[in-house]
Amino acid sequence: MKFVDFVCFEAIIPELRAKDRDGVIAELVSALDKAKRLKRGKCDEITNAVLKRENEASTGIGKGVALPHVKHHGVKDVVAAVGKSSVGIDFSALDKQPVYSVILLVSPVDNPDRHLQAMESIFRHLQHEKFRKFLRQSSTAAQIEDLLREVDENPSLL
Amino acid sequence: MAAGEGALSRTVCETTVQIRNADGLHMRPAMQFVDTANQFECDIIVSNGENRVDGKSIMQISMLAATCGTRLKIKAEGQDAEKAINALQELVEQKHFDEPTPGDQKKL
Repeated sequence: MKFVDFVCFEAIIPELRAKDRDGVIAELVSALDKAKRLKRGKCDEITNAVLKRENEASTGIGKGVALPHVKHHGVKDVVAAVGKSSVGIDFSALDKQPVYSVILLVSPVDNPDRHLQAMESIFRHLQHEKFRKFLRQSSTAAQIEDLLREVDENPSLL
Repeated sequence: MAAGEGALSRTVCETTVQIRNADGLHMRPAMQFVDTANQFECDIIVSNGENRVDGKSIMQISMLAATCGTRLKIKAEGQDAEKAINALQELVEQKHFDEPTPGDQKKL
């Protein structure tokens, strides 16, 4: 799967307003809601579901990145929002370091394979230090969109 | 390490496991896998035929996107290779990451 297949480019937040984990998650889910990618009236429910999942085990996988996610019937297909914080967010990450890039993923409940494919595509890129650095350095939504489109088209850039 | 006794004590152990939980190797099972792998000294390489990844890295294991039914080859190399292989095989095939298998869901 490519980023363009599931990242909602209208839900890219180059500088998150929230400074804490719960606020960041609410802000990103709300961005997906505004972009009309969630079923109507499901925004709060999805936010709470992501928080619940996050409380079970942190998705802060280290190296400044977190991937909060949940499977929920409030979406028809896998959809992701991207947010960045220059101050760094405490996600209780595995390496105990602050998180600067957040990719929030909401997947339908009845299609675990599609969820895995989206995750695969995120991790395939995230494991490259160059990609993490480019993402962290992008300061506008347009730059982030360009980066995602570019690595989709030309993965060898990394 | 000089070739000789060091190289001789390096046990290599290999097995193939099949993912049995319905949701596949998503992030939580991937973390369990990596946690288990990291309890051992040996190097652990996991491959799905297409990619060969480090069994101790959460990013790399997640990259396998192993769905229910997928077969993975696990190769361990080092003193405790056999113990590592046994622990990982148990986690994937006996415990199936403490998650339901497709059979369990039908029963519900």
